[in-house]
Amino acid sequence: MSTGLRLHLDFAACRGHGLCADLLPELVELDEWGYPLLRDGAVDPGLLPHARRAVRACPTLALRLLKAPARAQDAATRKAGHR
Amino acid sequence: MTGAHRGRPRPRADGDGRPAAHPARLTAGWRQARRVSLHEHLDIHGPLPQPGYRRPGWLADAVAQAGLTGRGGAGFPTGTKLRAVASGRRPAVVVANGMESEPASAKDHALLARAPHLVLDGATLAAQAVGADVIHLCLPRTKPELVDQVRDSIADRQHSGAGDTPIEVQEVPHHYVSSEETSLVRWLNGGEARPSGSLERPFERGVRRRPTLVDNVETLAHIALIARFGPAWFRQAGLPDSPGTMLATVSGAVASPGIYEIAAGTPITDLLACAGAGQDVAAVLIGGYFGTWHELRAVAALPLSAGGLRPVGASPGAGVLVALPEGACGLAETARVLGYLAGQSAGQCGPCVFGLPAIAEDFAQLASGRPNGDVLERLDRRLGVLTGRGACRHPDGAVRLAASALTAFAADARRHASRMPCAAARRGSANGGFLAIPRPWAEGEWE
Repeated sequence: MSTGLRLHLDFAACRGHGLCADLLPELVELDEWGYPLLRDGAVDPGLLPHARRAVRACPTLALRLLKAPARAQDAATRKAGHR
Repeated sequence: MTGAHRGRPRPRADGDGRPAAHPARLTAGWRQARRVSLHEHLDIHGPLPQPGYRRPGWLADAVAQAGLTGRGGAGFPTGTKLRAVASGRRPAVVVANGMESEPASAKDHALLARAPHLVLDGATLAAQAVGADVIHLCLPRTKPELVDQVRDSIADRQHSGAGDTPIEVQEVPHHYVSSEETSLVRWLNGGEARPSGSLERPFERGVRRRPTLVDNVETLAHIALIARFGPAWFRQAGLPDSPGTMLATVSGAVASPGIYEIAAGTPITDLLACAGAGQDVAAVLIGGYFGTWHELRAVAALPLSAGGLRPVGASPGAGVLVALPEGACGLAETARVLGYLAGQSAGQCGPCVFGLPAIAEDFAQLASGRPNGDVLERLDRRLGVLTGRGACRHPDGAVRLAASALTAFAADARRHASRMPCAAARRGSANGGFLAIPRPWAEGEWE
């Protein structure tokens, strides 16, 4: 059973504080420059509370939980293509 | 290529009655360094179809049937975009993108300088099709002569009494990432010409939060001709999955660098022959500085089209082809371009701000043949973590270029990494350069 939610990072907002990797190491690693590398795919239900905590802890509000697919507009574009 | 990019009329078909391999459509009537006047334009292409006599949606349908795809690099189906913007509830906005920030491309400049009325026709038709009451024609602030010429052409149309949608020429800060559509929308909304990384796409909510059609100027010029002559005519050139003609910019080791109008899907070797390439071309850069390097023998027979190049991981981009001769150092060329791309970051996203200079430095070490540590291992790791981690595709493009160089010049890279650089690098002539690196423009000027 999936939550249907995935992590989304606004890279322009992220300043590499790294709290997300501390709070959610299962889904977030840091690269050599200290910026998050997110694991793809939906967040498992068991990790959801931790994911929410990581989202709340982000000092720049760069991390969010979004319904998959992250870009609803991409889906709209695909739909438009089938008209 | 620098300076040599004034377009030239492409070769004409032999008079044997077959359809021309490279029909002059956008380039019809081009003369050396002279603009096609409004009068000549109407003479060559005929009048613009009047919207009043057509059912709503006719243009989007014609463009979709024609199979036109965006000529700015992304190759998105133009008919789909027209329909998406037209379906918005609010009045729309059209943005004609003439920024052409790709240093190896000069076709948009040539088109705007020679045949501005095709672009203006296309923008006007697109505005009618999506219900827009204003067109913003975005040009780089670095080209005041071009801006003046285009403004003159717009004035000519107003004097001739055409009741066109108002066209505002906008002089936008000129950085590599400023031609990205979210950069243009952000700037037109009073912000900086940097990618926004917003989850909202311009076709839904763009300029003044209205549905916004952002199309490359060449794409609009094709719309001007499809509206006149129809989708079946458009498909008489090109391939079924890549119809029409396209403007290509060829540079590097060729006798006649410049702009060529070719049938989409023309084999790479034919385009090189048009531009007078000799036998010494060893490798090509396809698609521009966000594109990919290939050994010529691996791609010579492939068509310059999205479908034809997909199997080798390439894309025509904005129709860019750069020829690299035997003896030149592809690694050094790539190092210079990566340095340029690193400097062109909008400076917003950590992976781009830190990652691009890091891979540029790795490549500079590799090119010089004096690497610190295992440079190939380091590049492999770094190139693996940068893609998809930015507000725009700038890091993705730089990574694609770097990774393709390591593949196309793999044997060379191994020798350079073992401190045995090629002759060009040893001579120090490797930095002479076949790829043009523009002077950085007004660093920090984004508004």
